[in-house]
Amino acid sequence: MSDIPILKVENLCKSYGDLDVLKSVSFEVHKGEKKVFVGPSGTGKSTLLRCINQLTAPDSGFVYLNGEEIVHSGKKINAYRQKMGMVFQNFNLFDHLTAVRNVELALLKVKKMDRKSAREKAMYELEQVGMADRADFYPAQLSGGQAQRVSIARALAMDPEVMLFDEPTSALDPELKREVMEVMRTLAAQGMTCIVVTHEMKFATSFATEIYLMEKGEIVEHGPPSEIPTSPNFVKTRAFMGSYADE
Amino acid sequence: MFESISAVTNSAGYLLEGVGVTLLLVGLSLFIGFICGIVLTLGQVYGPALVRRFVGVYVWFFRGLPNIVLLFLFYFALFPFMGFDMPAFGVAVTVLGLRSAAYQSQIFRGAIQSLSEGQMLAARSLGMTRWQAIRSIVLPQSLRLSLPGWSNEYPVLLTDSSVAYVIGVAELLTRTSQVISRTGEPMILYLSCAVIFILLNYGGMMIIQYVEKKVRIPGFGNNEAECL
Repeated sequence: MSDIPILKVENLCKSYGDLDVLKSVSFEVHKGEKKVFVGPSGTGKSTLLRCINQLTAPDSGFVYLNGEEIVHSGKKINAYRQKMGMVFQNFNLFDHLTAVRNVELALLKVKKMDRKSAREKAMYELEQVGMADRADFYPAQLSGGQAQRVSIARALAMDPEVMLFDEPTSALDPELKREVMEVMRTLAAQGMTCIVVTHEMKFATSFATEIYLMEKGEIVEHGPPSEIPTSPNFVKTRAFMGSYADE
Repeated sequence: MFESISAVTNSAGYLLEGVGVTLLLVGLSLFIGFICGIVLTLGQVYGPALVRRFVGVYVWFFRGLPNIVLLFLFYFALFPFMGFDMPAFGVAVTVLGLRSAAYQSQIFRGAIQSLSEGQMLAARSLGMTRWQAIRSIVLPQSLRLSLPGWSNEYPVLLTDSSVAYVIGVAELLTRTSQVISRTGEPMILYLSCAVIFILLNYGGMMIIQYVEKKVRIPGFGNNEAECL
């Protein structure tokens, strides 16, 4: 692990009206680490991810990517975002494009690659997630698990340094969850740095290098996966997480 | 009877030229309406408050006035006042086009607003600019979703185009009336005029249906049932 964290979040705050969604959240991520955020719904986990890549503007606080501050970076944010791949709960594939064109679109428009290299790169990424044989299918023709794998390939194609997963399996059946988790584990094994928001406790404990427990916009506890599930704070919170915690 | 038919056949060439003028008038108006309609929509959906207000007033103005009033207003008053010396055909194209833009913008707006916000977020998360996302994702999808509503614009413009008669554009109805005043055969000539309009309408709708089929995407828009 190098000294400068890939990502450093400092005193991030966000509120909507009277509701404080994030209350001075701070943490850092080093290369290869897998940070998993758990906690009841509505505690600001997804907002935290969106404030990291500035899809939502935080009210105050700082985010450093490789030591560079990005909250106030203006138009340069488009370059920074490429370094932070994002996977959404609802996949958010581009409905009018086939799987392979979903993956290559940003390569053509943002990275300005030529058609041939972009197609090769897109096919390579689809192979990585086991979706090469569905390259010419439209999103509506894919199962949820397949769509999510394509969206992972789409994010990976930009060669990100860190991947942000926003409840990547919440919209999926148990059977389909497994195939997405499998892809994520492979990625992790290859050394990809990951920040994951999830309700899947079993997955979290086996995947994470560190688990963060969030409640009402704050990190109330964090530690290695061997400790968090038995901590008093977590046991207390667990009740609020309902059935999710046991899956 | 024979005289009636010869009245049509003798002036067939003249009337056909009128068909050409009508089609050109409709085609150009649709095109202007399409381009301006997209610009208006983007202004209304993504623009700052001032632009949104302008589009609101624009749409209210052009949808609120009868075609014939707009034509008179631009042909006899506004354009001369502004020093534009535009031929009647140009005025008709401008007025019908700008009016169509108001209607088309509202068709596109509905489609854009029906798209999920998630795709825009995904595009931005990949490093695309707002404009790149609009061009590569929002427009291709919303234009497809607009097609069924948009296909109504052609017959509306086609039938509206005959109003250009009042400022003397030599389109189909104008020429038909001229031939009638020369030959005194209103029945056969107005009937012919009507049949031609119906045929133009039918032909245009066939083309639009063809385009709709061509740009169709499995599972996207109104054709989910075909995927089952």
